[in-house]
Amino acid sequence: MTSTGEILQVEASDFLIEEFLATEQKKDLLRFSTAGSVDDGKSTLIGRLLYDSRNVYEDQIRSVTGTQVGQKQPTIDFAQLTDGLRAEREQGITIDVAYRYFSTQRRKFIIADTPGHEQYTRNMATGASTADLAIILIDARKGILTQSRRHAYIASLLGIRHLVAAINKMDLVDFSQDVYQAIEKDFRELVASFGKASLVTIPVSALDGDNVVEPSERMPWYSGPTLLEHLEEVPAWTEEKDLGFRLPVQRVIRPDQYYRGFAGQIASGTVRKGDTIVALPSGRTSRIASITTFDGDLEEASAPQSIALTLEDELDISRGDVIADVARPPQHATSIEASLVWFDGHRLETHRPYLLKHGTQTLSARVTRVLHRTNILTLQQEAVNSLGMNDIGVVEIDTVRALYFDPYEQNRASGNFILIDVKSNATVAAGMIRRGIEAGATSGTPKHKAALLSIPDSTLADLVEQQLLADACAVVRTRVPSEHLWRALLSIGAIVILEDIATERVDAALKSSPGSAVTVKAFDSVDDSNDTDRLTKFIEDLRNEGVLPAHEESH
Amino acid sequence: MTTLATNKHETISGPRLTHLQLLEAESIQIFREVASEFQKPVMLYSIGKDSSVMLRLAQKAFYPGLIPFPLLHVDTGYKFHEMIEFRDTLAKDLGLNLLVWRNEQALADGANPVRLGTQRCCGLLKTTALLDGLREHGFDAAFGGARRDEEKSRAKERIFSFRDRAGQWDPKNQRPEIWNLYNSRISPGESIRVFPLSNWTELDIWHYILLEDIPIVPLYFAKERRMIVRGDSLIPVEQSFVQTLPGEEQWVKSRLRSLGCSPCTGAIRSDADTIPKIIAELVSFRSSERANRVIDHDQDGSMEIKKREGYF
Repeated sequence: MTSTGEILQVEASDFLIEEFLATEQKKDLLRFSTAGSVDDGKSTLIGRLLYDSRNVYEDQIRSVTGTQVGQKQPTIDFAQLTDGLRAEREQGITIDVAYRYFSTQRRKFIIADTPGHEQYTRNMATGASTADLAIILIDARKGILTQSRRHAYIASLLGIRHLVAAINKMDLVDFSQDVYQAIEKDFRELVASFGKASLVTIPVSALDGDNVVEPSERMPWYSGPTLLEHLEEVPAWTEEKDLGFRLPVQRVIRPDQYYRGFAGQIASGTVRKGDTIVALPSGRTSRIASITTFDGDLEEASAPQSIALTLEDELDISRGDVIADVARPPQHATSIEASLVWFDGHRLETHRPYLLKHGTQTLSARVTRVLHRTNILTLQQEAVNSLGMNDIGVVEIDTVRALYFDPYEQNRASGNFILIDVKSNATVAAGMIRRGIEAGATSGTPKHKAALLSIPDSTLADLVEQQLLADACAVVRTRVPSEHLWRALLSIGAIVILEDIATERVDAALKSSPGSAVTVKAFDSVDDSNDTDRLTKFIEDLRNEGVLPAHEESH
Repeated sequence: MTTLATNKHETISGPRLTHLQLLEAESIQIFREVASEFQKPVMLYSIGKDSSVMLRLAQKAFYPGLIPFPLLHVDTGYKFHEMIEFRDTLAKDLGLNLLVWRNEQALADGANPVRLGTQRCCGLLKTTALLDGLREHGFDAAFGGARRDEEKSRAKERIFSFRDRAGQWDPKNQRPEIWNLYNSRISPGESIRVFPLSNWTELDIWHYILLEDIPIVPLYFAKERRMIVRGDSLIPVEQSFVQTLPGEEQWVKSRLRSLGCSPCTGAIRSDADTIPKIIAELVSFRSSERANRVIDHDQDGSMEIKKREGYF
């Protein structure tokens, strides 16, 4: 029960509390996951982080303070601050994802504390899925074990951009710089082989607190940030800059005949009042009439805000549809290649129907082929015909209706899905789309972006048109100097070739539509090299500017 | 040449949304998902500050429409009278569809925490009443205002928490919950408890109440109240079956940090009579909020046991 021994003297200095609230209100949020093996001190590290940053309540400390055999003074068991359930207290291990909350002067943090125990990979993937950063614990005495390797791999696979290797138990290796540097070098090479995540390594002693919150005096050779300093400084929110707007429609809000709002959480990009959008799968376009929230209409909204949109036209849109930027729509396919993390005790059965939930759409899907499984020890691809619990592999999946997606590597929110067992209702796998693997992925929804190309003569226009058609682009040629017409054509995603129309006129058109993401490009008529070279360069420039898709990498 | 296209792998970074805006967006997404995927959802409304925030978020999720599901209050019969008055006024003002469920049989048999002990009393008046209320109405999804920072076993709770036909929770067999893709599939008789405030902390709740000007029960604000002063505890004078010793009953400037049943919810001595003062008290006050609940301390891990049996 609460102590009544003393009245809490709250000095109600309104100025101070106002200041506190103003600071508090501006804080952003960093979500990070921790992963580690059973005894490499992960729970101790988190307990230490919470305790040293003064985020643990006194009654919680009292309940985990005990006198151990051979000790006279009661000591705090930092691991007990984080390990919640009876079962794991009895077994002495962490068995599930536990979420922890703390804050500093700079920002708020959510920790997804995930187990390193081999059979619980699914929980680690869960914790990593929403994280901006992952802390991977490495026991300095043991070096990089299977678990650390697996964690780094899963964190990279799940698109975490910032990895931190906390090289722990430095007190047990005499704070040796050589030991630290050897592990750092190996781990850096490992992480680089996984992709584009950045890596910071920090030597720590979770038990004693070295380099967790306060810099260690026992490792003067280390000049980098402490763990908490790094957590405070890393960018909390990052997104690929060029992601198109996507809103998976969760619900149609229709309180009366005058209002019809399409509600959802923006998966990527930004939407503004007046923007032209395309509704998928219908492919019909309209413009944003309003962005509705309880707190008033907005001029613009960005991921990950939850909003409702109304459109200028009456389109038939329902839950499961996607509203997207017309100039940069998602890809679509009924057959995809995807990475899977298999969660369930029952093995993957190819050709058996599973439910696939992607965005707000749930549909029937079959895994047609397992391409390979990644061996976590060697990181080699192994040929297998199924996946079992904790396996990570690449598969091909057929769906009964089209998926509107982006590759996960570019867009986490529109490239992810889960598989659900139809009979047991269990969530059996998490999936990350790598690419579409049918004609529809390139022809039905264009990969190119709308653009205005100004080309001085019809011979050159012929060559450009042929080249674009060969790339399966939607191309329209026109000599009509009407900005209205050009905009209409652009709004349906076409590449518009303006034949023999003055560049100044095109530039004027661009200026009159500020905020437009449309590329305008003129074919330079004074260049004296031959047509073929000029054409090649022109097309290459379009690729570099993102109008045309980059050359396909071989898979 | 003019181009607005950019390098494909360039990234941009925030801060664009504050932590409260992010939490709000996440909670709204959860409300909309449940309302769209379940046949018959309900919101468990406890009248406390967390329920008040949950209610505001539900209003936001469906605006300009109305909340498309009813609210259910499980009334133990021992709630503070200020709570019941607040509940009824709010329901009327907002036009809410409010349902109330009580274990009338147990109350008629004289169930109270002094006679039965807190564990049995909670079992009958809270857990049994909750399960009966959900079953009687056939609700397949129930929103609760629990937060993961409240208590250790709650820290492992999913946002969509699967319950078997008996309404029970199995912490070792929880569904993986990845990204914001929630698995809503259940068999007949099974249900899901949904916790849209999972990632909010106590400070977030108070700060949001302040910023959004959300009405809360006056018991949260300090004033002179009749209290039974017993050792370190302040027990509000409300029920006649709580026996007092001479001199125990006093006027004390006090308030409640969390609202439960009057015999089992201790008050604290406090001068905090505004929300900024409550927040100031909170940040200077290093004891977790459930420490004043008698029921959680019955037994080591007692919240986990209650949750396994079907409690929130």
